[in-house]
Amino acid sequence: MAKKKVLMDEGLLNVVIQRLCHQLVENYSPFEKVILIGLQPRGVDLLQHLSQELKKLYPQFDVPIGVVDPTFFRDDFRRGDKQLLAHPTKIPVNLDGYRVILVDDVLYTGRTIRAGLEAILEYGRPASIDLLVLINRKFSRQLPIEPIMIGKSVDHYDGQKVRVIWKSQENSHSEVLLAQD
Amino acid sequence: MQGKQLSSKHLLGIKDLTASDIQLIFEHADEFKEVLQRPIKKVPSLRDITIANLFFENSTRTRLSFELAQKRLSADVVNFSAATSSVKKGETLVDTVNNILAMKVDMVVMRHASPGACLFLSQHIDVPIINAGDGTHEHPTQALLDAFSIREKLGDLKGKKVVIVGDITHSRVALSNIDCLQKMGAHVMVCGPATMIPKYLNSLGVLIEHDLDKALAWCDVANMLRIQLERQDSNVRFFPSLREYSLQYGLTQERLDKLGKEIIIMHPGPINRGVEISSEVADGNSSIILDQVENGVAVRMAVIYLLAQRIQRA
Repeated sequence: MAKKKVLMDEGLLNVVIQRLCHQLVENYSPFEKVILIGLQPRGVDLLQHLSQELKKLYPQFDVPIGVVDPTFFRDDFRRGDKQLLAHPTKIPVNLDGYRVILVDDVLYTGRTIRAGLEAILEYGRPASIDLLVLINRKFSRQLPIEPIMIGKSVDHYDGQKVRVIWKSQENSHSEVLLAQD
Repeated sequence: MQGKQLSSKHLLGIKDLTASDIQLIFEHADEFKEVLQRPIKKVPSLRDITIANLFFENSTRTRLSFELAQKRLSADVVNFSAATSSVKKGETLVDTVNNILAMKVDMVVMRHASPGACLFLSQHIDVPIINAGDGTHEHPTQALLDAFSIREKLGDLKGKKVVIVGDITHSRVALSNIDCLQKMGAHVMVCGPATMIPKYLNSLGVLIEHDLDKALAWCDVANMLRIQLERQDSNVRFFPSLREYSLQYGLTQERLDKLGKEIIIMHPGPINRGVEISSEVADGNSSIILDQVENGVAVRMAVIYLLAQRIQRA
């Protein structure tokens, strides 16, 4: 990876997550039959941060969370060399009548989201599914899918990659990078 | 887990798998088991794949389990059983299979009475082959689901003690199980009459015991094998009578009660109730026989999914 550009540093990332929490409250309060579902694998990290922050800012709301794995529903199975390996799916409720907020870190072609939508529909018939993403890569959609809650929209060239890094044992701090291969 | 794949194109036996292959299969079986709990128990991954189930030998459970696994992955399935086929007219195995493949089949699941039939076939045809039992040789998916079921109950296989009881000589389940359990770090003992334990079996690193009570006292898990009357020559008797076998090697509640500890009871089916295992034990709390059957579908889905991923799209 030759060039890197910081799209969000840790401070900004925290602000954005807080804003997304306020937006969730604005749109869904009092969270009756609402569930946050993270898309495996990387949407789950964002889900965890959102859920923790939401609890801190609004302790009165207890919003259930789940995770869904799109692997078995992907349209690129056996296309190309990439191995598609599964991750756990855990959805604690029957989704009939629920308003689902699907959470992912980066929205690019929309194909993973499509697979995720199909996986979610195996768990019942939700009243609605909305999409929340941290980074929306503009002008790159291959399917008619749009998020309604967005951390940041970015322009980019082909070959650039957006990487969301969370603070952990390996990483000293959180940040979002735009990297050129 | 990105980038991991099975090290083998076929599943001919546990022999060809590494410990990390088995781990990969288990991890996927976990996810497929979850799929099977959903209101809609089906995923579309294999919708462009056709699988032929070739059963040259009778089977109920394994065949149903494979067929369910394939259907829940959305594969198209064709079934074949030797009893109703041209095999009776003298067609060779390779010809039979090539004829089926000419109809654009992408994967073959085969059970055959001859040991090595799947290996032989893999040298002559190009599609992935899953061995569903070849004579007295291997039955890899059974071993995988047995190990998966133990892992589910005990958390891990490492250091666990498993005894396989019964007719070891005629059992493909025993051979595959020994290999699979050892690769995952378990200790294995076999127990049965001396006539039913092959010579030199200890070269596989297994313990041999002829006293069932001692074996039960040693183990965490007892896998009771079926007495395979169909594989025994009527001129050569391996034990004097079923009654005597049952008295010596049948697992009864009394035997379990004497142990003073809980052990897990398994059986690959079909059960001869009252011979190798009493009804009370088979239906009791320690028995995970029906869990094995349930896990069979998830484990087979995992194997088929992982092998299918290696098929090149035309």
